[in-house]
Amino acid sequence: MIATRDAYGQTLVELGRENKKIVVLDADLSGSTKTALFSKEFPDRFFNAGIAEANMVGMAAGLAAGGMIPFASTFAVFAAGRAFEQIRQSLAYPRMNVKVVATHGGITVGEDGGSHQSIEDLAIMRSLPNMTVLCPADGPETAAAIRAAAAYQGPVFVRLGRAKVPVIFPEMTSFSIGKGVTLRDGSEMTFITTGLMTAKALEAADMLKEGGISARVVHLGTIKPFDVDLVIKAARETGAVVTAEEHSVIGGLGGAVCEALAEGFPTPVERVGLRDVFGQSGTPDELLEHYGLTPAHLVEAAERVLQRKALTAESACTRSAAG
Amino acid sequence: MLSEPTVRELESTARRLRVEILKMLNMARSGHTGGSLSAIDLLTCLFFNRMRHDPGNPGWESRDRFVLSKGHAAPALYACLAESGYFPRDDLKTLRRLGSHLQGHPDMSKTPGVEVCTGSLGQGFSQAVGLALAGRLSGGTSRIYALLGDGEVQEGQIWEAAMAAAHYRLDNFCAMLDMNGLQIDGKVSDVMEVNPLGPKFLAFNWHVLEIDGHDFQAMDRAFEDAEKTKGRPTMIIARTVKGKGVPFFEHKASYHGVPPSDEELGLAMEHLGHS
Repeated sequence: MIATRDAYGQTLVELGRENKKIVVLDADLSGSTKTALFSKEFPDRFFNAGIAEANMVGMAAGLAAGGMIPFASTFAVFAAGRAFEQIRQSLAYPRMNVKVVATHGGITVGEDGGSHQSIEDLAIMRSLPNMTVLCPADGPETAAAIRAAAAYQGPVFVRLGRAKVPVIFPEMTSFSIGKGVTLRDGSEMTFITTGLMTAKALEAADMLKEGGISARVVHLGTIKPFDVDLVIKAARETGAVVTAEEHSVIGGLGGAVCEALAEGFPTPVERVGLRDVFGQSGTPDELLEHYGLTPAHLVEAAERVLQRKALTAESACTRSAAG
Repeated sequence: MLSEPTVRELESTARRLRVEILKMLNMARSGHTGGSLSAIDLLTCLFFNRMRHDPGNPGWESRDRFVLSKGHAAPALYACLAESGYFPRDDLKTLRRLGSHLQGHPDMSKTPGVEVCTGSLGQGFSQAVGLALAGRLSGGTSRIYALLGDGEVQEGQIWEAAMAAAHYRLDNFCAMLDMNGLQIDGKVSDVMEVNPLGPKFLAFNWHVLEIDGHDFQAMDRAFEDAEKTKGRPTMIIARTVKGKGVPFFEHKASYHGVPPSDEELGLAMEHLGHS
């Protein structure tokens, strides 16, 4: 178990050693975002903006215009929320080479409560032209995603979490921006997931297997550019999809999957995520249970979507018999 | 100290650029007249006297950089860039047209010589602070200049950036404030008072100078003073006249976002000694 933010902090230090153009900004949360590790080793290349996210993003843009590769970090709610227009105008519009790494995404922020739990950042960032949006599942994938972001020329938003999460990728895994990965093959339905929900989907697939149901698990570590081909392939081959994200069901992964399938291969979909509500205080595990983001909830969603798949097949038979 | 012939030449350049600004705004049929005219003397002094830049090599690493944080004065910047030779003067006729590299607000991806994208007020100032940080990290001698509007300082981001520039002791950074006293909805003092500005920036640990923003000698002295100042960024508060140079535009908020009509253009050209 390792939190994705910890993997980020360690990877930043490695990148800092390899490339003098890497600079890091934070907004008074460096202990929590783990950029403090970088600031200790490279104090001259670390800029604390103070509690001023808008200016942090603007300074990052200026540093990039001056040839640096800035990583700017704060909590997801402040990055995508408070500094949204700065990300739009100063980063996305000019394709500025800045990486916004937002930690504390989703409800597993826990006790700090709904004010600090970002449930809309993926939707907001995904709507911006030129923006690349990443949401890795675990520590090793985060390390690879941060390296891929650093190597990529242009603005990137990376969503990370506060809580420790299980390791599902091997150490030194690779990360290809825009490409999803099939982690478990299956033929009857597909879980399409991102972030920490991927580990939960793997558990849910195991539970379904015991009941004789073959579930595929597709992990999308990139929300944008969206891997439409992999999503359509899974829908075509399994005929039913459950999406799961630690985010609102509106506009994020579930929204993107529905858009892709409505246009490319209409398929029954069940979306697991926050049902248009804000979070609240509680432990991460209590909150995941309360808002329906556990493997058991994924199994229930799979059963619902399999019923709809059967009904769709039945009505297709009726139609063809009538015709 | 500028020589008398240099001052006369800068005045003549500024007069010519005022004509270019009015012509391009008239052709575009929209855009910001008043704030372009109040700022053009400051920009003229920077582009044709103070800044080290090379229009033949816009990416020259050691260049001084200018950020038009009050991005709506884009016509003033475009006139200076064309006059410098970054692109043909004829391009000015395409201002705000579909497909033009001269967008309504400055766009670094499209226009040679534009350093960053501005137009959403407050954001250029932060980016200029970032450029100054990058300049210092690179160890070069390049200086960063930024022009703010007096309405623009109502944005909270300005004060975040002002804190940061002083905190990081950015003495390679010189900002100017085009204090024309007007914004779209009327007098700055009626909409949301920003004065006293000098004491505000002093309290934010800036080196502050107050000058007449249409007096080239005063501008040059201020830029020189800023360059010699160590350990602090400099804010040059330049008292200016909105619509400066065309009497019937002067001091009028109503010409903030309105271009000159054909008739007004004719009268203005006469006044500026062009026909």
